[in-house]
Amino acid sequence: MNPVLAADIAGVTCLVAGALLTLVAAIGILRFPDVLTRMHSAAKPQVLGLLLVLAGLGLRLRDPAAIGLLLLVALFQLTTTPVASHMVGRASFRSGQVRHDLLVLDELSDVLAGRGQPPDGSSGRPSG
Amino acid sequence: MTSPGARRAGDRGLPFVTRLHGLQVATLAWLTVVWVALWGGLSSANVLGGLVVALVVCLVFPLPPLRVHLRIRPLRLLWLLLRFVGDVVVASVQVAWVTVQFRRQPRNAVIEVDLCTDSDFVLTVVAEMVSLVPGSLVVEARRSTHTLYLHVFDVRNGAGIDRMRSQVLGLERRVVLALGADTRDVRPPADPVTRSTSTGGAPS
Repeated sequence: MNPVLAADIAGVTCLVAGALLTLVAAIGILRFPDVLTRMHSAAKPQVLGLLLVLAGLGLRLRDPAAIGLLLLVALFQLTTTPVASHMVGRASFRSGQVRHDLLVLDELSDVLAGRGQPPDGSSGRPSG
Repeated sequence: MTSPGARRAGDRGLPFVTRLHGLQVATLAWLTVVWVALWGGLSSANVLGGLVVALVVCLVFPLPPLRVHLRIRPLRLLWLLLRFVGDVVVASVQVAWVTVQFRRQPRNAVIEVDLCTDSDFVLTVVAEMVSLVPGSLVVEARRSTHTLYLHVFDVRNGAGIDRMRSQVLGLERRVVLALGADTRDVRPPADPVTRSTSTGGAPS
């Protein structure tokens, strides 16, 4: 098997696997019961799915300029997704969009209720 | 917008000279690299254009300099990255597997993890990475005590929660050993006992 064909096959495999993972992520977003659980689906299979699609594209295009661009997309996806999912999860928890009946342990609600303050919003304030 | 030629960007704007002194070579270089990558070709026009754009961006949106003491250990860094890639794959497969079992309703937990180190940089990196490794998502981060509040996916009992805690502390340990200047706090192998149960006891 010549290397070009091998790269093509690897690229196609990556593209299909990435598309499947992204599909599963979409199903998870529909199926899971509350926002926080849905963010797991939006953060993990979605990111890996995109990375696989990018890898597949890189293997198929084999062009340095395109690969540089794909690396940038991957880097920014990896750095921004945790921040985005954190912000969505934080807002949803604070606005009560949580299925407490599905939690086996909750160590945050008491903290939030006890202080009535955003934990980080008041830096320097001594905790009681 | 108030008067043409005014160099202030609003009421809290820095004087132009301060902005010039605040220019950071690393930031300029990185922005130029991004610009060249976006154009997809290494030519002198691209590099020059990138430099001009980077200069304008840094002057219009000045950021305080990052005072981070890093000591990069290449082998440890490589190990950290390899483990991270492996964890991302495991995390995706785990979530995907639970997703396709349509009858199953995952049980979750929200837990508190106190990080051992008191470096903001380590807190940031750990929080970023924790969101992509199996089971965890950051809900809250408290900078004063370096505590992360995590939403743990698909956990049934205390054993699973303890495993998650030691997993996060292990990740912290790898980050500090790979990048941190001060490794005193994580020198002994991560054991679950390290976690102090007193919440916010002494937030200094």
